[in-house]
Amino acid sequence: MNLLQQVKTLVLKDLVLEWRSKHAINGILLYVVSTVFVCYQAFKSVDPITWNALFWIIMLFASVSAINKSFSQESQQRQLYYYSIVSAKAVILAKIIYNMLLMVGLALVAYFVYSTIFRNPLGDPLLYLFAVILGSVSFATVFTMVSGISSKAGNNSTLMAILSFPVVIPLLIVLVKLSKNAMDGLDRAVSMNEIGVLLAINVITVTVSLLLFPYLWRD
Amino acid sequence: MKKIWWKILAVVLLAGVIIAGLLGPVPELPILNETIRNVYFHVPMWFAMLFLYLISVVYSIKYLNTGKTEYDVMAVEAVNTGVIFCFMGLATGMLWANITWGDPWPNDPKLNSSAISTLMYLAYLVLRNALEEEQKRAKISAVYNIFAFPIMIVLLYILPRLTDSLHPGNGGNSTFGSIDMNNQLRPIFYASVIGWVLIGSWICSLRYRLRLLENKNNQID
Repeated sequence: MNLLQQVKTLVLKDLVLEWRSKHAINGILLYVVSTVFVCYQAFKSVDPITWNALFWIIMLFASVSAINKSFSQESQQRQLYYYSIVSAKAVILAKIIYNMLLMVGLALVAYFVYSTIFRNPLGDPLLYLFAVILGSVSFATVFTMVSGISSKAGNNSTLMAILSFPVVIPLLIVLVKLSKNAMDGLDRAVSMNEIGVLLAINVITVTVSLLLFPYLWRD
Repeated sequence: MKKIWWKILAVVLLAGVIIAGLLGPVPELPILNETIRNVYFHVPMWFAMLFLYLISVVYSIKYLNTGKTEYDVMAVEAVNTGVIFCFMGLATGMLWANITWGDPWPNDPKLNSSAISTLMYLAYLVLRNALEEEQKRAKISAVYNIFAFPIMIVLLYILPRLTDSLHPGNGGNSTFGSIDMNNQLRPIFYASVIGWVLIGSWICSLRYRLRLLENKNNQID
C-alpha cells in the first residue's frame, strides 16, 4: 500500500471506531453544549468582544479534551502492530486528518449552539464561519503533535496543557483578530494577512509533525 | 592560544562596549534622550538568545540523527543559557519601557509574544523534568524543541509585525537601524552583539563541559 491508501485506511478505521463507541464525540458535545449554557446563564448578555473571546476559550478547551486522547485510547500493543504494517508518516497524517474532521464537526455544532443561545449580530457571518473552520483545523494540527509527545511522556494531562498552550497562543491571537474582523463586517481584503499567517502556521506544524513523528514513536 | 582567542575577544569587546557605551557620544533624540544607550545592551541580549536557541535546535536535530548523549546535553545547556539571556532581555526592556513608554509592561504584541516564547522554553525544561528515563527524555524533548523553534520565530518576528506595536521595527514603525542609528552608534552596537553572542557561547560551553564531567563522575565503572 502506498502512503495515501494507508492514510485513507487509518482514517476510516478511526471513524469506524468512533462511530461504534460514540464515546468521545458524545462526551465532547455534551461538554460544549453545557459550557455554552453555563456561560449563557452566567453572562445573560455580553458585549461583542467578550462574546468572541468566550467562544474561542470554549473551543480551546473542547479541542484540548477532544484531541488529548488521540494517541492513548489504543493500547501500546495495537500501536506496535500499526507501526509494523504502515509507515509512521501515515499514522500521524491519518491522526491529523481524523482530528481535523472531528474538530470541524465539533466547531460547527458549537458555533450553531453558541450563536442560537447567545444572540449576537455578525457583520460577515460567512467569514466568521470560515474563521471557525480554519481555527478548528489549526487546533487539530497543533494539538495532534503535542498529544503525541505527551502520550510518550506518560500521558499526563498537565504536561499536555503546559506543552500546548504556549504553542497555541499565537494561533488564538490571530484567530481572535480574524473573527473580530468578521464580526465588525470589515472588508475581506483586510483579513487576508491573518488568513495567510494561519495557513502558514498550519503548513509549518504539519511539515514539522511529519518530519518529527517517525523519531517519536520509535521506542 | 588557538582556542582561547575568541574568549579574549569577547571580554575585550564587552569591556569596550561598556566603557564606550556609557561614556561615548550619542545622538540627542526626543523621548529617548540618554536611554538610547540601552540599545547596546537590550538588543544584543535577544541576538544572543536567538543564537543559543539556534544552537539548541541544531544539536537536537543532530541528536535525533545520531542518538549521542553529548548532543542532547549541548541542546539543553544551550536552552538553559538562552533562557538567562531572555530574562536579561526582558529586564533591560522593562527598564527602557518604564522610561520611554511610562510603563514597564505596556500591553504590546512584541512584549506579550516574547513572554509567551519564554513560557515555551520553560515548558521545554518542565518536559525534561517530567521524564525519568534518559534516552526517552532526550528524544522527546528534542522533538519538542524542534517543534517549538519555528513557532518561536513566528511569535517574535512575524506576528508583532502584523499589528500595531510601540516597539521599533514592528507594526509599520521603522527600525532603529534605518533612521535613528547613526554612525556613532553602529560600531559599538555591532561590537556589543558579537561580544554578547560570544559570551553566551562561552557560558554555554562551560556548562556543557561541566555536565559532561558530572555524567562521567556518575558513571559506574
